Amino acid sequence: MSTISIEEVKRLADLAEIGITDEEAERLTEGLVVIAEYAGQVSEISDVDVAPSAQSIQLVNVLREDVAGTPMDPEQLLAAAPEQEDSMFKVPQILEEEQ
Amino acid sequence: MSDLIYKSALEMAEALQRGEVTSAELVNASLARIAEYNDVVNAFLTVDEEGARKTAEEVDALRAAGEELHPLAGVPIAIKDNIVTEGLDTTCASKILAGWKPPYDATVIAKIKEAKLPIVGKTNLDEFAMGSSTEHSAFGPTRNPWNTGLIPGGSGGGSAAAVASYMVPLALGSDTGGSIRQPGAFTGTIGVKPTYGAVSRYGLVALASSLDQIGPVARDISDAAALQELIAGHDELDSTSLPADPADLQGAIEDRLAQGGRGLRVGIVDQFLGEGFQREVQENFNRAVEDLREAGVEVVHVSCPSFDYALPAYYLIMPAEASSNLARFDGMRFGLRVVPDVPNPTASDVMKATREAGFGDEVKRRIILGTHVLSAGYQDQYYGSAQRVRTLIRQDLDKAFELADVLLAPSTPTTAFPIGARIDDPIAMYLNDVATIPANLTGVPAMSIPNGVDDSGLPTAMQVIAPVGADDQMYGVGALIESLVSKRVVAPPHAIVISEGDAK
Repeated sequence: MSTISIEEVKRLADLAEIGITDEEAERLTEGLVVIAEYAGQVSEISDVDVAPSAQSIQLVNVLREDVAGTPMDPEQLLAAAPEQEDSMFKVPQILEEEQ
Repeated sequence: MSDLIYKSALEMAEALQRGEVTSAELVNASLARIAEYNDVVNAFLTVDEEGARKTAEEVDALRAAGEELHPLAGVPIAIKDNIVTEGLDTTCASKILAGWKPPYDATVIAKIKEAKLPIVGKTNLDEFAMGSSTEHSAFGPTRNPWNTGLIPGGSGGGSAAAVASYMVPLALGSDTGGSIRQPGAFTGTIGVKPTYGAVSRYGLVALASSLDQIGPVARDISDAAALQELIAGHDELDSTSLPADPADLQGAIEDRLAQGGRGLRVGIVDQFLGEGFQREVQENFNRAVEDLREAGVEVVHVSCPSFDYALPAYYLIMPAEASSNLARFDGMRFGLRVVPDVPNPTASDVMKATREAGFGDEVKRRIILGTHVLSAGYQDQYYGSAQRVRTLIRQDLDKAFELADVLLAPSTPTTAFPIGARIDDPIAMYLNDVATIPANLTGVPAMSIPNGVDDSGLPTAMQVIAPVGADDQMYGVGALIESLVSKRVVAPPHAIVISEGDAK
């Protein structure tokens, strides 16, 4: 966990859809190495035989009646969109142009 | 300056009910205080004069007409800016949401509006609640009213500073690893993290969904209890909401104060004594324990060895959940969109450019760490271990609560530190939360109570930690401690202390 290289930080930023400059990658890596090393202490208990807990309050399968509700007004939702068209969110092209 | 602002929320409520003051007067006094000091304290990111005045006028008209109102109707309140408010800017202190007006209200806001508490504004925080000092806000740091050269704690420094500087008697915060309790400790206010699920998270912009909890910020425990009673309760819009009716917290306080310390057992957590804790923090904690003993409380020591792993585990679980939660800020449906200067930019290009420009360093760091933690090969070894730590902490707490009704610990290792002192040292910054994080990992309720001052006159604080669902017990013991330590506690200064260089 303590071996986070600058290249790895760039790869992770790419996965997380965060643009990152070389200078930024260097700066973030510095902190990440320290934090990762610190957090890595948990591996000391990796062989302790207890079940993991993903939540603190043991609620299971919280369901509601299958009845139709009133959705939010689409225009109100679209009001905050960077771009919209015909009551839809307008987004950039998903696929790259054919080369 | 009107003396109204120095009253507690319940005192204001009584004065309103007796017709000695109007809500409009309270709101005006609150807005005047904000206008006077917010330039230097930076507690508020948005002030809603119009909305607050409108609610106040409505309350005054209804009261004049003899309508039955909620006891807190007309009392001003501030809201941490990561809780959505319909039509009122909600930024999470991030450039990525600057200017965003939510299309709906969080459940807690709906309840506050129904009870007619005027919302005077939205308070500053570390961006997306990631931090312990409010220095990671995209809109500048909040300053501590006790001394503006110091941080007020974080992430909820804005709410704590707003309450500590008498801008409002009440505020809402959110607590993921101590973000209500630690600012409470640094500003001499009461900060409460209720039981996980006791207060709906619907409309709280999520940091780490299994840890986040909305809770009250106030200047005394009765006020905090009144506010928690108002916002608590089951909510079908939040699948992690507990199916329980809100407890009678004010009743629990009365009962405990009437009973005193009789029949009460408190546990001192050994892991939070000694090394790493500032001398005066320890001394004031020990004095409070002594006060409890003298009041007839049985004091036992409990050991929770797993607490040593709480902070490392938190720094795996929180970023993992945060990296997933913050994926929604992609420039597609709301908030900032940055289109890079490349031919035919794709959605991915736009997301990268938007998130690069819109997120600050700490947010990027935690998203990248979370992505790392959840990546193949690491997930079992680290994330899995962190989740096992969570089980171990719960087991330790279960054992501790067999020996004691509630547990006591200092709230923070130190008192408030200077702005800039730890900004470049993430571990030193994170160690702030060593005593508050176990409660988030296990969902138990915990509150921070001022218990004295250090040699420089800055507030120190201690926590009461109760079993899951025993918020009433926590408030009762908290009120007992509050009454016992009052001789050593100093109220936040009426005149904000402007440090050299911060003068307007």
